[in-house]
Amino acid sequence: MRYLPLTHDDRRQMLGLIGADSIDDLFVDVPVSARLPGPLDLPSHEGELAVERALSAMAARNRPAGAGPFFCGAGAYRHHVPASVDHLIQRSEFLTSYTPYQPEIAQGTLQVLFEFQSQVAALTGLPAANASMYDGSTSCAEAVMMAARVTQRRKAILSGGLHPHYAQATHTLAHSSGVATERLLAEVDGESAVISVLDSETACVVVQNPNVFGTVSEFTAIAQAAHAVGALLIVVTTEAVSFGLMKSPAEMGADIAVAEGQSIGNGLNFGGPYVGLFACRESLMRQMPGRLCGQTVDAEGRRGFVLTLSTREQHIRRDKATSNICTNSGLCALAFSAHMTLLGGTGLEALARLNHARARALRAALVEIPGLEVVTPRMFNEFAVRLPRAAASVVDALAAKDVLAGVPFSRLDPSAGMDRVLLVCATEMTTEADIADFARALRAEIAA
Amino acid sequence: MRFTKDHEWVALEGDTATIGITAYATDQLGDVVFVDLPAVGQDVKAGEALAVVESVKAASDVFAPISGVVTAANAALSGAPETVNQSPEADGWFVKVKLADPGEIDALMDRRAYEAFLVTL
Amino acid sequence: MSLSSVGRETRPMPIAKPASHPGRGLLQEEPLIFGLGGWRKTGVDLPQLPPDAASDASDLAGLTRAERPSLPGLSEPEALRHYVRLSQKNHAIDLAIYPLGSCTMKHNPRLCEKLARLPGFSDIHPLQPIATVQGALALMSELAHWLKTLTGMPAVALSPKAGAHGELCGLLAMRAAHEARGDARKTVLAPTSAHGTNPATAALAGYQVVEIAQTIDGRVDLADLAAKLNRDVAAVMVTNPNTCGLFERDVIEIARLTHAAGAYFYCDGANFNAIVGRVRPGDLGVDAMHINLHKTFSTPHGGGGPGAGPVVLSEALAPFAPTPWIVQDGSGWALAEHAEGPAQAALGRMCAFHGQMGMYVRALAYMMSHGSDGLRQVAEDAVLNANYVKARLQAVMSAPFPRGPCMHEALFDDEWLAGTGVTTLDFAKAMIDVGFHPMTMYFPLVVHGAMLIEPTETEPKRELDRFCDALLELAAAVRDGDTERFTGAPFHAPVRRLDETMAARRPHLRWTPEDRL
Repeated sequence: MRYLPLTHDDRRQMLGLIGADSIDDLFVDVPVSARLPGPLDLPSHEGELAVERALSAMAARNRPAGAGPFFCGAGAYRHHVPASVDHLIQRSEFLTSYTPYQPEIAQGTLQVLFEFQSQVAALTGLPAANASMYDGSTSCAEAVMMAARVTQRRKAILSGGLHPHYAQATHTLAHSSGVATERLLAEVDGESAVISVLDSETACVVVQNPNVFGTVSEFTAIAQAAHAVGALLIVVTTEAVSFGLMKSPAEMGADIAVAEGQSIGNGLNFGGPYVGLFACRESLMRQMPGRLCGQTVDAEGRRGFVLTLSTREQHIRRDKATSNICTNSGLCALAFSAHMTLLGGTGLEALARLNHARARALRAALVEIPGLEVVTPRMFNEFAVRLPRAAASVVDALAAKDVLAGVPFSRLDPSAGMDRVLLVCATEMTTEADIADFARALRAEIAA
Repeated sequence: MRFTKDHEWVALEGDTATIGITAYATDQLGDVVFVDLPAVGQDVKAGEALAVVESVKAASDVFAPISGVVTAANAALSGAPETVNQSPEADGWFVKVKLADPGEIDALMDRRAYEAFLVTL
Repeated sequence: MSLSSVGRETRPMPIAKPASHPGRGLLQEEPLIFGLGGWRKTGVDLPQLPPDAASDASDLAGLTRAERPSLPGLSEPEALRHYVRLSQKNHAIDLAIYPLGSCTMKHNPRLCEKLARLPGFSDIHPLQPIATVQGALALMSELAHWLKTLTGMPAVALSPKAGAHGELCGLLAMRAAHEARGDARKTVLAPTSAHGTNPATAALAGYQVVEIAQTIDGRVDLADLAAKLNRDVAAVMVTNPNTCGLFERDVIEIARLTHAAGAYFYCDGANFNAIVGRVRPGDLGVDAMHINLHKTFSTPHGGGGPGAGPVVLSEALAPFAPTPWIVQDGSGWALAEHAEGPAQAALGRMCAFHGQMGMYVRALAYMMSHGSDGLRQVAEDAVLNANYVKARLQAVMSAPFPRGPCMHEALFDDEWLAGTGVTTLDFAKAMIDVGFHPMTMYFPLVVHGAMLIEPTETEPKRELDRFCDALLELAAAVRDGDTERFTGAPFHAPVRRLDETMAARRPHLRWTPEDRL
């Protein structure tokens, strides 16, 4: 078997040195009733050819985003990743290395994490960024838990523009620790509704920019209102490319910024693995979850990097840790950082403007369609439209014609009474032909 | 100065006690990197957790040797936690507590008894 | 105060005469990206915008950031060189044995990387119409089938993004089950030897943690467990094989006692590599167990992640599994994404979307490549390799639980180093100089100066011998009193020992213009 180096001779010799007659002697502590007599009822081993054939057949039953017109967003975005990024994450020393617990032989990983943290700090405007979380949704949940710890309060307000999956993941985590989450009704342009619900029991308000309907907003008033009652402002970003153009969370008074980093360096991958970004104000640093990489010097005065502030984490603090997190999203963070290094601030801004231009072109094409109403007032690269009938059936009909028309809001939240709302997104990968095909198919479907 | 078996020291002035950890404790801990102190005004009860001392690899609870109300916390430690290693029984003090019952301190060891106790460890 | 004995040297003695050249041969100092120029550069050629659209963000007035992000961009040759140079400073499985106990650092098959990159897997959006991703759902269902069959459990929640996330999922399912029958409970029991994620997860799930004692034989103390079980206990969390590398002989009795008290049995599946194909946790009375796909099923560790932690569940807990569920409807596969219909008792969502699809593809390719026969061989070779290492080293290195075989990892303590002036840490750093990544140090916490070695089944005998020969040679050097070789190590790594005290006292988490480059 190609992945198992031991030969029969090896095994015999090794058992001999150990002083065991057979491998079964080494499993002597297993209760007799639990010992499986032979291999389980699953297929036997297969060569690369057979495995490749089987999995390729499964892959062929999926319609890739790149195979035709594609307009889905809603928390996962199709962007172009430079070829060198995927090449780099396959280098042995990055792919097959472990968490940098022995820093002297992990300076590659550690320097990447330090550069990553520096990039996240520059994008969000908040100075203390960690070495990545699992994804944007769990980062959001962890930010709420952190706010509860910092303020010693047990209530979080989630805006009506927060991605419903993020709200649900946050509720799952918070609920078990006794932190209540109050989720406002879904609203296309209602982030400031949180202000009227703030009180002295509020640990934090969570708002999203652009929100799940694509709406971009300004949160300075929300920040002031939150701070006036001693609550923290958490700003969520699901489209990381928007950092190239939109006001940063720090500029709007955020205390904690969380984001999904998938748009930069990481493909769609049907929802994972992704990479969570997490940054906060300096004074809150010691309450952050997740790994932190810090700069230091070695015994010869040479600059080096180590994981630091570890006493926050589970392996030391155990039941008093800031979270239970062990892994970060290492390789995805490397992909993000390498792509960000290729882009630079200049390139990210240009990419963001290009995304906005494509979305404006999309909007111009769709607004011509009778019966369709654009409901998002101000957008970055994603917006919501209202159709004359249920968006889900329109999307399914267009999918049968090989047009992936976006995400019906009812898929995310069936109880919001927004069945006719469709979320559409354009990126630098959206062509004029895609837009034309989409508009034509949608016009025909609505008119039918 | 009085001492506990858990290596806290208490120095009484009137009804205010200054509390810290001993040189033995800091030797065992290694480099102190952070001290998590209670807020001024907080009530403390003897035997309950008062503060947390962090080294790089560990976080150790500090227990209140006596009961009372916190009247001061050593703010200098946040910028210079090394003070705890350099001067554990003077500049590295943690908190000042106004005692509910100044007599509580009599139950604690004096320096000779503490040093004798250390030998047994 | 509670003096934790784990405090130890974290600031190396400065070296009086540092090396005159910062780099050696292929290993030179590499500046940060901030030191490579590129402040107004970009290494990505984007399509040009049509002139009228070029900078038209007039509809975003008042909403744009004051300045573009202040970050450098590098051309492709510069960026590639930067990262390739950095990569050379890392140790990796592809270079040599990576004997970290509890981490299962086995070879990462490249077929898995190839298949995960098929556009049909990598270029599909989680919210595309279900009819357009039937192959993805079929794959997830197939993976679920393998996981359930290998563990003997009837259900699996695929979505948790890492082992610790899976632990939380399992505990939340238990909480939901108790609440559903009006029997909410308050505490969780875990052994003193448990991995830190266990008590951290229990606390996160809203429980108080009570520790179970360990016998001198390195196992759960049944009498202590029985004494601590009561109707307040929601769950008992046990790792099996445990963190000392030993199989819990009394695991079936542990499960029975737990269930008799109305509690659930959570098994931390981090060490599944020792028993896969030879033992099914379902046969041991387990109610929930997370499986680290990045351990037993070899999805790459990637310098710290991403992981994946699906959780197998018993009949009692299955109804509470988080959404989404993979279900079948008339026309094929579907996703139950909301707590209604079949998933009405679901505990909620653990994260956005459906889980770590990229890791599912890799794990399934791994499973299919090995097959049921190969997976059973994996456990056997993993256990054989660990016992071989133990047999070769135990004459020299002291073991806290020497009697009987170990499972997939061999545990030593630092008793054999007493009085030598060399600590576990020093010994580990000296291993670096002879080309090896150190084993896990100072874990589990219940053993003084612990050294936990897990070779895994993908190490050839030749590499095991090379490793053991090196350790025996180092041990001889300790006996010969050559302490400087250890206390000054590593000498030949890209950097010497690092000042972790400074890093914690003056946290410096990002580059700023005042820093050197």
